[in-house]
Amino acid sequence: MIKRPFIRLSKPRIQYALLGVKVMEPQEIPLPGIVTLLLDSPLIRKDIPFKVGDAVKTGQKLSIAGEGGPYVISSVTGTISAISPFYGDYGRVCTAISIKTGRKEELDKDFAAKSQGATLDTAAEFLGFTPGAPCFAAFRDPDKAIHTIVVFGGNTDLMIATNQYAIKSRIEDIGHGISILKQITGIEKIVIAVPRDLVPGFGHVGAELKGVDLSYPSAHPKMIMERELKLTVPAGKNCEDMGVVFMSAEAVASIGKAFSTGEIPHKKILTLVKKDGTQQLISARIGTPMGDVFSACGVSLNEKDRLIIGGPLTGSSIYSEDYPVGIDTDAVVVQDKADISLVSDYPCINCGECVRICPAKIPVNMLVRYLEAGHYEQAADEYDLYSCIDCGLCSFVCVSKIPVFQYIRLAKHELGRLNAAEATNE
Amino acid sequence: MSNEKKFIVSHAPFWHDGSSISERSYHTMLAAMPAVLFGLIQYGIPALAVISLSISTAIIWELIINKITKLPNTIGDGNAALMGLVFGMMMPATLPWWIVATGTFIAVVIGKYIFGGIGSNAFHPVVVSITILLISWNSYFDFDNALVNYDFGFPAVFPLGALKAFGTGSIHGFSLSGLLMGQQVGAIGSTFGLGLIIGGIYLILRGFIRWEISISFLAGMFLAAMIFNMANPEKFAGPFFHILTGYSLIGAFFLATEDSSSPVNCIPMLIYGAGAGILTVLIRNIGAYVDGVLYAILIMNLVNPLLDKIRPKAIGKVA
Ligand code: SF4
Ligand code: SF4
Repeated sequence: MIKRPFIRLSKPRIQYALLGVKVMEPQEIPLPGIVTLLLDSPLIRKDIPFKVGDAVKTGQKLSIAGEGGPYVISSVTGTISAISPFYGDYGRVCTAISIKTGRKEELDKDFAAKSQGATLDTAAEFLGFTPGAPCFAAFRDPDKAIHTIVVFGGNTDLMIATNQYAIKSRIEDIGHGISILKQITGIEKIVIAVPRDLVPGFGHVGAELKGVDLSYPSAHPKMIMERELKLTVPAGKNCEDMGVVFMSAEAVASIGKAFSTGEIPHKKILTLVKKDGTQQLISARIGTPMGDVFSACGVSLNEKDRLIIGGPLTGSSIYSEDYPVGIDTDAVVVQDKADISLVSDYPCINCGECVRICPAKIPVNMLVRYLEAGHYEQAADEYDLYSCIDCGLCSFVCVSKIPVFQYIRLAKHELGRLNAAEATNE
Repeated sequence: MSNEKKFIVSHAPFWHDGSSISERSYHTMLAAMPAVLFGLIQYGIPALAVISLSISTAIIWELIINKITKLPNTIGDGNAALMGLVFGMMMPATLPWWIVATGTFIAVVIGKYIFGGIGSNAFHPVVVSITILLISWNSYFDFDNALVNYDFGFPAVFPLGALKAFGTGSIHGFSLSGLLMGQQVGAIGSTFGLGLIIGGIYLILRGFIRWEISISFLAGMFLAAMIFNMANPEKFAGPFFHILTGYSLIGAFFLATEDSSSPVNCIPMLIYGAGAGILTVLIRNIGAYVDGVLYAILIMNLVNPLLDKIRPKAIGKVA
């Protein structure tokens, strides 16, 4: 864990770690006995065309609500053992589909047949549930005029090496993925953004190359937009509104691999950060329970430890080892109970640390007063709530240990709900 | 499910840089130590009595408030102890005990808790308290009379008092190096210039105070005093004399920098500091009071919320 340095004249610089010159190979996690796939849609039983006991093959698409509806791609061959609702952070509701792994692996041929002439429809219909979570919706949205795709070879949060690994070791897949993307979307401007120190030694992959600064949160999409593409995202808008789609290097590699082999990739690379802070790359089937990852890597867990999906500054903690590896699970951090720092209910002492460190130049000291009092709309109108890029630094440095970032996310979530309710009432 | 391990679930971020309010308080107290120890050596047991009493009563008042308001005990954060220490540093060693206790009462209860507790005080609580005491029991704060029984081996007059009454002719007995080394009469912890500067530099380097405020405070004072001095060297003392006497240095490093009553954005901090520095010299040179630091800081505390509205535009802010 990074601590406040002894001498502190300016704001601290928190650096992204680089993968060493010699790329470590990910450790393979054995085929799990059961996988759980999270389908991003609430569970409505009558819409589900499959049931417990159905046999599925590796690479088989399981979709609800017919053609074009949300789907998952099975990462193993076996039988469906459970279908249940799953509740995530901030009102996220999913359907969890568990599949018991069978003895013999069989590949589904559906995609292979369609992968010859690559089209946007094929990609959207089959590759939305692949490692790196590529999303094609923005390309098909008539309201969004996408003109640039940024392939990002780093991770937004700290300690995560997943996309760096992809960019270092899978450059061929990425190159192929880029040409596929160009072909199916018709977008010519593709930018590869990588941590600055990785720029030298990069071959030609048919894209413009940008080096991203190594200090946190330079790798945040909105920061890349601001600093590298010189496009400012107005508060409350996202990058896609500005015509830019971000895809992780792993996602592009998945696309490239899928179209060159005719098989839908089903193994996710993730970074395991152990209790002592060491990192290890893992390769696991999508849906593998975290517990399998821990036991394969010799991580022992105790009562009151903390398990974090994602990075230490922006991830989310989970309560069970059964939580599966998802398509966007780039990291899992295990924190010993001794290293857990708790928040407090102290008021803001106006020390200004958060104001100094906030990359979006938000007056966090004022914002937090309004958020604590629940005045969300004023917070948004006068104190720049929507300029926040969700980096978590304000909470990280808060002398009073106020859960500032939690307040911010909650406020955004609540305002989002209010606005949605208003929109339906109109 | 029953034999499953229970994990801690909480919101991101999962790291914290380890800073805390108590760390800030205790290190600020540590930074004050050179000046305080010097005062204790200079003024002996009475000074020790004042400092001990002010720290302990400040803590006791806070404890009583905690009990009355039924809020959790907050003395562990060190804020009350720090307030007591700073209060004591600014008192003459001869102050009777009941003024000390009243002073810390005003600081903790009125200056801090009436405004809503830590982080909500609009004014520096200790400055509020001393200003009230000065109005009520002015004679006890006459450093010349108060310290008449001491034999120091240097002019036993309060430099700013002499300056005000008799002009620069009366302060030739003070050398700047002497002032820096504490050869002047004054409050317990405010005379040892070098000690205060060392403490201030420590606080700045460790990031416990906002350096913009201290530096602009001193710069504002320096400039204003220099202009006065150039205009009339007979009547107005030079900038270094002003910086090394009275509450100037304690003001620059321990009073003006108080978190909740000062701005946090860069330009406001510079205006705030410089404003307090300039006002101090104005009050000293053409105002009615001998020392202007306290009033200058109170005035700048008052405009702080307005000043702090000058801030950079947030990223992506739409007009
Ligand atoms: S999370 Fe905090 S520090 Fe980061 S952009 Fe938002 S307000 Fe600023
Ligand atoms: S870091 Fe925390 S205590 Fe300091 S000003 Fe920001 S919110 Fe207030």
